This record gives sequence, structure tokens and C-alpha cells, in this order.
Amino acid sequence: MHNHVIRPFLVVLAVFVILITVRHFFVPKDFKVGDRGFMYSYHRQGNEKEWADFKVKYQSREYCADCHDENFKKIIASPHKIIQCENCHGPAVGHPDTIEKLPIDKSRELCERCHTKLNYPTSLRGQIKGIDPQQHYPGKECCSCHDPHHPNGPSRTVDNNLAGTNLKETGAAINGK
Amino acid sequence: MENNEPVDQERRKFIKTVCMGVAAVALSPAAFKILGPSEALAFVQNTKRRWVFLVDTNKCIGCGFCVKACKQENEIAYDAPVSRTWVERYVVKKDGDTLIDSPKAGRDGFIDAAIEGQAVPPSEIAKGFFVPKLCNQCENPPCVQVCPVGATYQIKEGIVMVDRKWCIGCGYCIEACPYSARFFNPELKVAEKCNFCYHRTVKGLKPACVQNCPVGARQIGNIKDPDDPVTKIVLNERVSVLKEEYGTDPQAYYLGLDRSVR
Repeated sequence: MHNHVIRPFLVVLAVFVILITVRHFFVPKDFKVGDRGFMYSYHRQGNEKEWADFKVKYQSREYCADCHDENFKKIIASPHKIIQCENCHGPAVGHPDTIEKLPIDKSRELCERCHTKLNYPTSLRGQIKGIDPQQHYPGKECCSCHDPHHPNGPSRTVDNNLAGTNLKETGAAINGK
Repeated sequence: MENNEPVDQERRKFIKTVCMGVAAVALSPAAFKILGPSEALAFVQNTKRRWVFLVDTNKCIGCGFCVKACKQENEIAYDAPVSRTWVERYVVKKDGDTLIDSPKAGRDGFIDAAIEGQAVPPSEIAKGFFVPKLCNQCENPPCVQVCPVGATYQIKEGIVMVDRKWCIGCGYCIEACPYSARFFNPELKVAEKCNFCYHRTVKGLKPACVQNCPVGARQIGNIKDPDDPVTKIVLNERVSVLKEEYGTDPQAYYLGLDRSVR
């Protein structure tokens, strides 16, 4: 065969051999076709294990109830029973071993997530008791009057004279009306 | 009569042969195939699980606890405007105008009655509702097909995963997803998406968003299990999916979806 035919053929062959060699060392050994075939699951099998070992942060309130039995029973008996502890207290990972005390979110914005009144006729949100944050004691912490573990109970204002009184009267007293 | 006997025997022999031949052909060689250990194991292990998601938009109150929990559980940059799941608010006015917003992906809930800068008086609102969204874990995921390096893949439970070590961050998959469920992880510089909290489901836990939803608007279930409450709803009630026309066969089912939802 002529030389000018063989030479480009050799170049192509060399490129192919280099590609195969590089690929052999570069692609991890556990790169295989998975359960969904080549199109959907050609992957590094070890990655599934890596994801399975990813750390779990949210522990659920059953975990909290093991120690904080009193608060658990209190909230379970209230309309706030649908809310997980970790929504206000933060994820419990590392508590109590490394993180001694979990931060408590006492901001108004936390309560407003559900209790800003939105009059939406086709949503459950419209049926939740709500306030207009601009009108209802702006700047005050909600939990200075309302007990988040027992929202229907008596008020728990910082002012001892007002503790235990009716919330409507308490509010009037705070506002000086 | 006597002359017919040999013919009868011939016919009997013929019918016999044909029957045996048909039986031999019908018995496929597959019946005698010996399964390898891994193939045999696949029949008894985990093959009967396919995770699906069910979102009830009638129940969602837009508190955003799902988004908050998701970001913290999966270590997604908390203040970056990206999230594996997000909540959209829809307000359809009586004049037909539709207003949609999702401030900070709904991470801090919806604490302002104003939407898109408009304070809509309650008398003008025809419909108002929240729609949580997340990866649909499509049966035919277009995001997987376009990956040039095999860094994203579907596992047997139907979940599409991203290999963070192998991803080169080219962004083809982000473009390919019709639901905008994928985004670029600003810290790791790789493609990022919801994987139904794989690290939790393998341990028998529910995904963080499901666990932290106070009203049960988000549920996960195994569609292969006929006794699963989610399966019962998907099979017996009127559910819909998002953007069915793309042919991706999405596996996040919605209850109470409105035509204004895109």
C-alpha cells in the first residue's frame, strides 16, 4: 500500500491508543452501568455510598422528647402540636454532645410565617388566626405575651403583674389603652 | 375401512410430532437460564421501591419551614438565592390578573401581604394559594442524558443524583431541566439538585421538608407499594403533574393545582 495512505491511518491509530490508555488510568474503576442502563445510570458507583453517609441534621421531635418530656407534652396538647421543635430551635444535630444549648429563634418574623393574616380564599392559610404585623404591637416579641408551647393558655408577660391575665386586657395594658 | 388404518396412524404420528415441536419451540431458552448471584439478589432486594412525591397545594400555608429545613439539612448556602426546593405564591385577581412571587425561594415564609409590590385588597382576590416545588425525579430525566461526564445518574429507586466529585460544572443539566429544579452550587462549584434527602431515606427517615411541614402538604411514598397512603392517593384521586407535555414523566404529583401554575 502507498505510504500516504498508511501514515494518516497510523496517526488515527496512535490517537486511539493514547485515548484508551489515558482513559484506563483516569476513569475510576467503579464507573459502571447501573440499574437504569447506559443512558440514565452510567456512573461512579461509589458516589451512592458517599451520599448515604451524608450527615443527617434534623432529628425529629421524638428525639427531643427523650429528654425534654415536659415541653413535648405541653406542645402536643396545644394547637401548635403540628409544628416540629426544630423549626424554632434549629436542627438538633450535635445537641447535647457538642452543642450544649440550641439557639432559639424568638423573632417576630418566625411567628409571622404563619400568623401574618393573608386573606386567601382557596388556601388553608386564610383560615389561620392571623394579625397585621404593622398594627399588632409592632416591635414587641410575640413570646413576651404568647407562650409558643401553649398558645391558647394564659399570657406570660415579662411584667409579673400581668402574668396569667387575659391576653386582651394584657395587650390593652401594654399599649396603655 | 381396513385400508384407512395406516393413514390414521400416519396422521396420529404427524399430530404428535407437531405438538412436541410446538412445545419445544415455546419453551424458551430463558426458562433454563441460570441467574448470576447479583441478578438473583436483585430479584429479592429493593427492586420494589420507587420514591414519588405528593404535594397538596390545598394544605400549604406558605410558612417556608420546608425551604429552611432543606437548606440547613443539605448544607446549601443559606443566604444565596438558590434552593433545592422553593415555594411559590399565586394570587389570581378577580379581573384575571395573576401575580406570582417567591421571595428568597420562600425560605422566610410569606410575611408580607403585598405581592410583586402590589397590595391587593382581599375583595379583589379570587384565588390565593401556595405551590411548593422541587425536583420531579423524572422517569426520563433530560438532565441526565446531557451530562458529558456521567456525573449525574438515576438510581433504582428512581432518584436522580449528582456526583459532586465528578461534576465539572458545565451547566448543561441546569439548562436541560424544564422545571428549573437544578442550580449551580455557589460554594462547591457543581450542579446541585434535590435528591429526596437520599441520606435520610436510606436510613428510613423522611426527607427534611416532609418532616418539617406542619400541615402535611408534602409527602413522600413508594409507588410500588399498593398499601402506601401516597400510592393510594396517586392512583385513586385526581392528581396532576407539572409540564407533562415535555415527556419527562415527572414523579412529583400535585393535588389542587391551578391552570395559572407554570
